[in-house]
Amino acid sequence: MKYKNRLGLVVPYLYIMPAILIVTLIIVFPVVNIIVNSFFTTVGGKEVWFGINNYIMIFKDDLFWTSILNNLRLFASIPFITVFAILIAALLYDKILGWHFYQSIIFTPYILAIPVVGIVFSYILQYKGVLNTLLASIGCESLVKDWLGTPKLAIWSIVAVVVWKQIGFGVVLFLARLGSVPPVLYEAATVDGAGWWKKLIHVTLPQLATTIEFFIIINIINMLSWVFDFVFVMTGGGPVNSTYVMEYFIYQKAFAGSLVNMGEAAGVIVLIFAICIIAAESIIRKRLEDFQ
Amino acid sequence: MKTIHSAKGNSLIYKAISQVFMLVMTLLILFPIYFMFINSFKSRPDFIKNPIGLPAPFTVQSFLDAFAGKNFVSWFGNSIFLMLASIVITTLFSCLAAFAFARMDFKGSKTIFNMMIPLMSIPPIIMLIPLYKVMAVLNLVNTRASVILIYSGIMVPFTIFLLKNFFANVPKSLTEAAFIDGATQFQTFYKIIIPLSKSALITASIVNIVWVWNELLIALVFLQDESMRTIIVGLTLFKSRYTLNVPVIMAGLSIATIPMLLVYIFGQRYLVQGLLSGAVKE
Repeated sequence: MKYKNRLGLVVPYLYIMPAILIVTLIIVFPVVNIIVNSFFTTVGGKEVWFGINNYIMIFKDDLFWTSILNNLRLFASIPFITVFAILIAALLYDKILGWHFYQSIIFTPYILAIPVVGIVFSYILQYKGVLNTLLASIGCESLVKDWLGTPKLAIWSIVAVVVWKQIGFGVVLFLARLGSVPPVLYEAATVDGAGWWKKLIHVTLPQLATTIEFFIIINIINMLSWVFDFVFVMTGGGPVNSTYVMEYFIYQKAFAGSLVNMGEAAGVIVLIFAICIIAAESIIRKRLEDFQ
Repeated sequence: MKTIHSAKGNSLIYKAISQVFMLVMTLLILFPIYFMFINSFKSRPDFIKNPIGLPAPFTVQSFLDAFAGKNFVSWFGNSIFLMLASIVITTLFSCLAAFAFARMDFKGSKTIFNMMIPLMSIPPIIMLIPLYKVMAVLNLVNTRASVILIYSGIMVPFTIFLLKNFFANVPKSLTEAAFIDGATQFQTFYKIIIPLSKSALITASIVNIVWVWNELLIALVFLQDESMRTIIVGLTLFKSRYTLNVPVIMAGLSIATIPMLLVYIFGQRYLVQGLLSGAVKE
């Protein structure tokens, strides 16, 4: 009997064991390992203590600053995604004619693979591509540009593609939240004679506030650490390294160059950013759950 | 359906403006997708002459050429295999853990669960270098097993999160009744909880399927052998080498996209619900 009881105490841990093991191997151990290794350097196949020199090397590397700046430039997509997603969600919430069709279409890019999207857009945006043909045919020759081949322009072209890809998730997220707004609020506003715009400002936006915060935070995480695919496929970091982002910097250092420890130090910097944002995210997630 | 926000008073102008706005949005969204599919059915000279219009003549030659490509079929097969294997492992591990978190009292349950959740937001690029070393030590670089392990490890926290909420909502009376009838804990798990949670399992699997199928970075780094690549990595590298025959590339992209479109069409409800579950509690 005693034996059985003790066994009973262990049972729950047996259930969670496989999950814990694989998560430890794939996520926890690497996170610890990358922090430790960022203070070492590799000499003749051996890890040697290197202090903060990897970090100093990174801070002296122009490409690092280009990468960080580009991640920040990608943040420019967030206001566009958010504003358009709110507008579209508010319209669809009105159940305008065909709203269900519109919602299905607008969500579609979100399920496409970024590499697929990136390749298709690189054909649309290339100098002899469809976009320029269209621009020329409507008489906007001055707008004809090498969208992905001009250093100052390429990152903004990527921003546009990111907006195209991500908008659908925002629409669906906001629409879902609006579904749980008490109808009374809109009825009351209608009785008070509020028009569409006033309802948007005084009812919809306040009701969506927490969801908007949450959405912006997810997008900040995305722009900081989930944009490798766009860059790898559309520009490969070019032209003249103008579209490097942090992930691409790490990838290049570790897998193309052989500056593995420098890549690890860069990884730690991304990790620090990510942890700050994830902390903010979990606070907001808590608030979201509280009022539902 | 009820129309609350708009009510009946909405003017014709409002309706017209909103329709025009939505149609423009729809066209912008659809154009690249249209561009991909329509050009898959063109010959190369036809594409150069006419990259936007309908194919003249209509041909499936590009699809045949894509499939005839040296490794295309094995890329497709690899993607399917990696997807199935990692989804099975993820689902199995996550179900067991979610069951313990949802239905058992044990020391540290809350703490372990709460530590697990933020892990789903850690970007894979951070794990990449250490994982490469781990896989090198385990002699697993350039094997499918490495990628299956990594995919599963990354998907497990989200899947546990989603399933735990669902398992916790199965009425206690059901499992207690089974317990009184002499069922063991494990029997209540797979005879009661699992069958009642079908929709949550489908939801989690669909979200995971889309993620695995579309994944680039990990497959790129860990499967370097030409014949081991996934379809997404294969096409990405293929594109940078053979940029001339655009219809063949578009055909390849279409083939890689169609399975996900089918998942979307038939599982839209689950997919949307699953993606939202990270943000909005059901």
